[in-house]
Amino acid sequence: MKVLVAVKRVIDYNVNVRVKADGSGVETSNVKMAMNPFDEIAVEEAVRLKEAGVADEVVAVTVGSAASQETLRTALAMGADRGIHVVSDEELQPLAVAKVLKSICLEEMPDLVIVGKQAIDDDSNQTGQMLAAMMKWPQGTFASKVELNDSKAVVIREVDGGLETVGLSMPCVVTTDLRLNEPRYASLPNIMKAKKKPIEEKQASALGVDIAPRLTVVSVSEPPKREAGIVVEDVSQLVDKLKNVAKVI
Amino acid sequence: MTEREQMEFDVIIVGAGPSGLSAAIHLKQLAESSGLDISVCVLEKGSEVGAHILSGAILEPTALNELLPDWKELGAPLHTPVAEEKIMFLSEAGGLSLPGVFIPPAMRNHGNYIISLGNLCRWLGEQAEAAGVEVYAGFAAAEMIYDDDGAVAGVITGDMGVNADGTQSANFEPGIELRARYTLLAEGCRGHLGKEVKQRYDLEKDCEPQTYGIGIKELWEVEPDKHKPGLVVHTAGWPLDKGTYGGSFLYHLENNQVAVGFVVGLDYSNPYLSPYDEFQRFKTHPKIVETFKGGRRISYGARAINEGGLQSMPKMTFPGGVLIGCDAGTLNMPKIKGSHTAMKSGMLAAEAVFEEWAEPSRQNPEPASYAGLIKNSWLYKELYRARNVRPSFKWGLIIGTLYTALDQIVFRGNAPWTLSHGHVDHEKLIPADQSTLIQYPKPDGEVSFDKLSSVYLSNTNHAEDQPCHLQLRDPELPVQHNYQRYAGPEQWFCPAGVYEFVEDEKAEDGVRLQINFQNCVHCKTCDIKDPNQNINWVVPEGGNGPNYPNM
Amino acid sequence: MSVMVIAEHDNSSLKLATLSAVTAGLRISETVDVLVAGSDCGSVAEAASKIAGVKRVMHCDDPAYAHMLAENMAPLIVSMSEGFTHILAPATTAGKNIMPRVAADLDVAQISDIVDVVDADTFIRPIYAGNAMATVKSGDAVKVITVRGTAFDAADQTGGSGSIETVSAAETADSSAFIGQELSKSERPELTAAKVVISGGRGMGSGENFKLIDAVADKLGAAVGASRAAVDAGYVPSDYQVGQTGKIVAPDLYVAVGISGAIQHLAGMKDSKVIVAINKDPEAPIFQVADFGLVADLFEALPELEAKLT
Repeated sequence: MKVLVAVKRVIDYNVNVRVKADGSGVETSNVKMAMNPFDEIAVEEAVRLKEAGVADEVVAVTVGSAASQETLRTALAMGADRGIHVVSDEELQPLAVAKVLKSICLEEMPDLVIVGKQAIDDDSNQTGQMLAAMMKWPQGTFASKVELNDSKAVVIREVDGGLETVGLSMPCVVTTDLRLNEPRYASLPNIMKAKKKPIEEKQASALGVDIAPRLTVVSVSEPPKREAGIVVEDVSQLVDKLKNVAKVI
Repeated sequence: MTEREQMEFDVIIVGAGPSGLSAAIHLKQLAESSGLDISVCVLEKGSEVGAHILSGAILEPTALNELLPDWKELGAPLHTPVAEEKIMFLSEAGGLSLPGVFIPPAMRNHGNYIISLGNLCRWLGEQAEAAGVEVYAGFAAAEMIYDDDGAVAGVITGDMGVNADGTQSANFEPGIELRARYTLLAEGCRGHLGKEVKQRYDLEKDCEPQTYGIGIKELWEVEPDKHKPGLVVHTAGWPLDKGTYGGSFLYHLENNQVAVGFVVGLDYSNPYLSPYDEFQRFKTHPKIVETFKGGRRISYGARAINEGGLQSMPKMTFPGGVLIGCDAGTLNMPKIKGSHTAMKSGMLAAEAVFEEWAEPSRQNPEPASYAGLIKNSWLYKELYRARNVRPSFKWGLIIGTLYTALDQIVFRGNAPWTLSHGHVDHEKLIPADQSTLIQYPKPDGEVSFDKLSSVYLSNTNHAEDQPCHLQLRDPELPVQHNYQRYAGPEQWFCPAGVYEFVEDEKAEDGVRLQINFQNCVHCKTCDIKDPNQNINWVVPEGGNGPNYPNM
Repeated sequence: MSVMVIAEHDNSSLKLATLSAVTAGLRISETVDVLVAGSDCGSVAEAASKIAGVKRVMHCDDPAYAHMLAENMAPLIVSMSEGFTHILAPATTAGKNIMPRVAADLDVAQISDIVDVVDADTFIRPIYAGNAMATVKSGDAVKVITVRGTAFDAADQTGGSGSIETVSAAETADSSAFIGQELSKSERPELTAAKVVISGGRGMGSGENFKLIDAVADKLGAAVGASRAAVDAGYVPSDYQVGQTGKIVAPDLYVAVGISGAIQHLAGMKDSKVIVAINKDPEAPIFQVADFGLVADLFEALPELEAKLT
């Protein structure tokens, strides 16, 4: 069984993002970048499937600039077998990324695709579902548990208010939620070994898919700052405000 | 004992700062010109190269010109030449600029660049990798390896995934033994392995004790009309009292950015003194505050620096390795610059090590030629000329300034005497009941800020569930001694709010020390200034700590 | 402009998030149409038709839609999409699951989690976990949108008189099947999903004193959280922690008790709709972000609060 995982290079989750003064986006120069945390979970899940003998091969894919290769190397250091780097200097939007992944899927024919449920930069939460639609495959989004048996995937999903279990025929797409697993540390020896694992480079523009952006970012601004409200006299007044003014209780 | 994987290199360098990366690059250059192949591994505890680098910074490009003469073509991030400089003495309400002619030649910055040292290191890291150096960020060198003959044989990287109680989590990943013929310690000021090695080989027996300062820095984006690229301002005086050594720097970089910082000598005596609050107060001075009004603070951090200079430099070699950069204390205090000297010390270490390494009959010897290489370099000459400036300030700001004028302008640093520092920083505190409580103004939220909002901008993160990396030799001392006698100086000198004395009914004295190690910005001040040397700073999990951008 | 809103429901009642999506839709067009797809969900269609501003309810009743599986829902929505310029769904786990499939099938971008409508093509949405707001403009003929519920008031559930039209099922897939669900039954809601969160800080003084918080939480149906200081002091386990390094919460009501409000804590709760702070220190930074502040001794205020809540 072949598992394909997609990984994205994003601003490290420990870094507090700063909106550029000219409103054109957020500051990324000399900012620490890292693999999207949900994608780390995807890689971990795929590698565990391989370690359990369920999967034979784990292929990691990234779409992005030359620097994204670093992220691919991290996936390889965590245990992916080989990488595919779809090079694009322009940041692609989810629809375009899904089309790129579709073209990779048509070539690689994986049995299972695992991606993070969303990237922590644009918070779109779209790519996995879009890929599933384009491939006409079923999807198990926001997974907190994945079990594979007899060409079927049983996915426990984190939904509002609880958990939902779905059965999917394979191939299928799974998107990861936080509780699916806790990703491993890439060890130093594995990072060294990862340098020797193969990475195939492709140009996004050469895949024959429409990668033009559909959304234009008009501006990016800081969120409105919270203003101090009022100081109430006592508990009775507090309860009254919550009931009658804020209407939250 | 944990089973550990082993890996072998010819040279291991601990720390991807200016000295470590210069040593790595130069080793590769020397090997290439001799047609040899030398394996060099650089370990960096920050999540990436540059993540833990914090400096003013003005770079004197001397060492860089020697290391990579074509740095311009290679895209080194030196964008802002120094265009104008001022030295000011501040009083509470006003300030006097020192006329230009009185600025000692060694302290002039013509031909230098205002840079982000973090970004220079990021670039040096790329140059090192391009030269074939293996650079591994996110891995902390936690322990030294000694061979049977007592020589250093490499380092062990820190274990990952250890729980707070010391047990192994499901993701436990043991550190590995990195063995090498030569280990270069380039951890920066007060590196914890450097500290161990200095003690083990008694490297400081012939020098004066090292003295230190703490530097706190912020990066601002100011209103465009207040921005003058290339402007350099240094101040002395207010808000520090006349007995405390220190001052500020203000550097105008590109893109409306201004780096502002404050350095306080750690030989201060009032336990209530808070370098952090002195810095915040400094920014509210009428001559300073206008620069920041309407601006936006974008980063914050702090780091201890060596101030001891030549008198305090230990023997720099030991069996199996070398101390370089600020692990040895090569900073030039009157210039307030340590990057060019750190780089040079790394390059010279590369030459000494390469000479020994190319002679395979000598196993794990001490790179003995290093001392001579240093002594014959410009590095030594400039540190020699600089040596009397910092110690003269033990007589206070006024005499120190007058002496410095004499020493630097008349004698040009070649006075026929050498002043002694005459102290160890951690012994200088006087008890709280003989000290004046300092009432710092409340932060205004516009120009001055509270500590935790500042730490937030350093992007500091430590995995919550891990053993505290600030180890107390005696857990009773903080309350019984530091708190009772010195009013808990760690809560004031720590620039990151790591140490807090909190009321606790259950504690014997009604108060206990709370260590918020998650806030630690790795400045090492606590390891230096604790009056009993009771705090031992060790590395947390690799990749933890600040994530400084552009610092 | 012609807007379709996808109703979210459990086949018997409409989920409130749908009402916020309707409000967002009414910012684009004077009326909206609502698609109610489910199994035996006539009462939902009925309820949807009464929402103020709803012109027409498209009611599709088929067992295939009982659990709103994306594989079935998307083809249905696509088959109904002709003539619509905007298709909106609440940004719930159901909406987030279904809508990107719709967008992909229509070959258009999705605009996720909008918090404001600038004009028919332009929307504001949070990025970087709400640390920045992006204004984005779509050039697609059909806009597929998910709507953040807390950003739009709920539309009035009465006053509407929409028509109800029965529509037939679209092609369904057998590639996915609903196996079961387990709704959280714990007495306290999960921290990140709770509508009300009450957190204690170091001011609580001990783990024992958290029972004062628990008592109020019981009255409010709230989840209980804590600041890092309270976790570090050992009062409560680390999974209670709200903040930069703990859980990020954005409930309708967040009550901070004995919490000073360091920025690291604020980072974990600043997106809450209403913030209440109870602290004896009037200078505590938490008051700078609180909608309602009470300067009081928490050991007196909490029991009183519990007593006054019914």
